[in-house]
Amino acid sequence: MLPIEYYTGLSVILFTLGALGVLIRRNALIIFMSIELMLNSANLAFVSFARSYEGMSGQIFVFFVIAVAAAEVAVGLALIVAIFHTKRNIDVDQINSMKG
Amino acid sequence: MITVSLIIFLIVAVITLGSALMVVTARNLVHAALWLVVALFGVAILFGLLQAGFLAVVQVVIYIGAIVILIIFAIMLTQRNALEIGSRFNENWGWALGISALVFAALVWAIVSWPGFHVQAQPLDARFDSVAELGKALVASNGYALPFELASVLLLAALIGAIVIAWERKPEER
Repeated sequence: MLPIEYYTGLSVILFTLGALGVLIRRNALIIFMSIELMLNSANLAFVSFARSYEGMSGQIFVFFVIAVAAAEVAVGLALIVAIFHTKRNIDVDQINSMKG
Repeated sequence: MITVSLIIFLIVAVITLGSALMVVTARNLVHAALWLVVALFGVAILFGLLQAGFLAVVQVVIYIGAIVILIIFAIMLTQRNALEIGSRFNENWGWALGISALVFAALVWAIVSWPGFHVQAQPLDARFDSVAELGKALVASNGYALPFELASVLLLAALIGAIVIAWERKPEER
């Protein structure tokens, strides 16, 4: 069994990469993928702590995070497609008004 | 000491982080989505290494099987060509790098200064069945039965919301 620090360290680096992607990119879909990376890094931290404390709560929380992520993706991608229909563009630098 | 699990962990870690970096930097959106598949698969392997087999399978089925496929559909619906025109990065990339470094430092500090961080995992009892424990906890009334039901309501609401948002109305209805 590897030390839990390895997994937490990996999850910290993965979270930072996801945060960088959200902040640095212009395309809304890449921002979405970066959010998925951040959710996954949080899940990895949950599972590694669940393993080190030998409890189930961490794994159950990851289960709910995955369910919420699925809901988030369904609504978020529908929003992106709807924005594309009105603006013909999903560049977050160009989307600066709520209507038309 | 170098063990087999350390070697597997290092290989998977390098692949996961490399493909995550490719997701963040790739110019082609479809390539970014495929790199995301690799990164998510790496995380699934890490779940397996942490003896959370059920979550590893859920990760592959839901994340790779459903979420990334939805993202690829959205790419197909919104891009006239998969390559981005112009710069990939917005003009505030300097700030973005600085804030990311700050986030990294804050996370490292928060985790290292937490006393529970150094609890070491013990080998699990051979009879311990994490899938059975997870299933019992999700339906037990003193466990997580209520959040489980709430999650199903949330998924239904998201389903309806997604249909309503993406519905293409005919021009006269607007």
